[in-house]
Amino acid sequence: MKRNDWILITVVLAVSAIFLGIHFSRPQQKDGMAEVTIDGEVFGSWPISEDRTVEIGDGNRLVIEDGKADMVWADCPDKLCVNQKAISREGESIICLPNKVVISIVGGEEREVDAVT
Amino acid sequence: MKNRAAYFGVFTALALIFSYLESLIPIRFGIPGIKLGLANLLTVILLYKRNAREALLLSVVRVILSGFLFGNLFSIVYSLAGGILSLFVMAVLKGTGRFSVMGVSAAGGVFHNMGQLLVAMAAVETYRVGYYFPVLLIAGVVTGLLIGTVAEQVLKRLGNFRFES
Repeated sequence: MKRNDWILITVVLAVSAIFLGIHFSRPQQKDGMAEVTIDGEVFGSWPISEDRTVEIGDGNRLVIEDGKADMVWADCPDKLCVNQKAISREGESIICLPNKVVISIVGGEEREVDAVT
Repeated sequence: MKNRAAYFGVFTALALIFSYLESLIPIRFGIPGIKLGLANLLTVILLYKRNAREALLLSVVRVILSGFLFGNLFSIVYSLAGGILSLFVMAVLKGTGRFSVMGVSAAGGVFHNMGQLLVAMAAVETYRVGYYFPVLLIAGVVTGLLIGTVAEQVLKRLGNFRFES
């Protein structure tokens, strides 16, 4: 291992630490919305504060429960989206690549104001 | 000349076997989608023992073949994007002579993931991959270092052996 190797690794880890820090410093959005897009187009969004089951097309199923959104079923071959943990923070997302479905948390009203000021 | 083709065939076959072996291991990294990328070991070794062009060819051939044989066709595009970007970066870093095999491989791992992430963002038309980004960076470095460590050991034992004529 040369010195440059260490520099490279340190830079990469530092960048990821910064992003992780930003991500986890965001509070769980009690008033957020779970927004679903299919192939980039918004399919719908629902408040994560209300328990609900949503059928996304015929290939994915979203369940909102306990303030979290989770992909509970999908017909894709790898099921990576289903195995992923439930999300609740702004910026988090569950993506089903084969079906081009994205579930993401979008901020509620409070967040909107923050963005402006 | 013909021996070079034969050696390349050996590398390709090994890469496919490594790819298959890896698919047999149940997901052990916790985060879905993260894997060791064991087949890349051969790509790194070929990069150092031959040149970037042959390593690129190995990468592409392996991804396409293993996509047809073991994986789903869907993943071929992502793996190709990651593999090509990764190899480009590795070749550049190797060319500067300022990094060891492990550093080059670590960078390779990182950019392989970045390539896949970029294609995913384009395919699904979303920029909301914020959480994946740092996790993929870390996984890229770790797996890259692991592969690089093994590659360095293999290269050391290969010594001056040349894969030609």
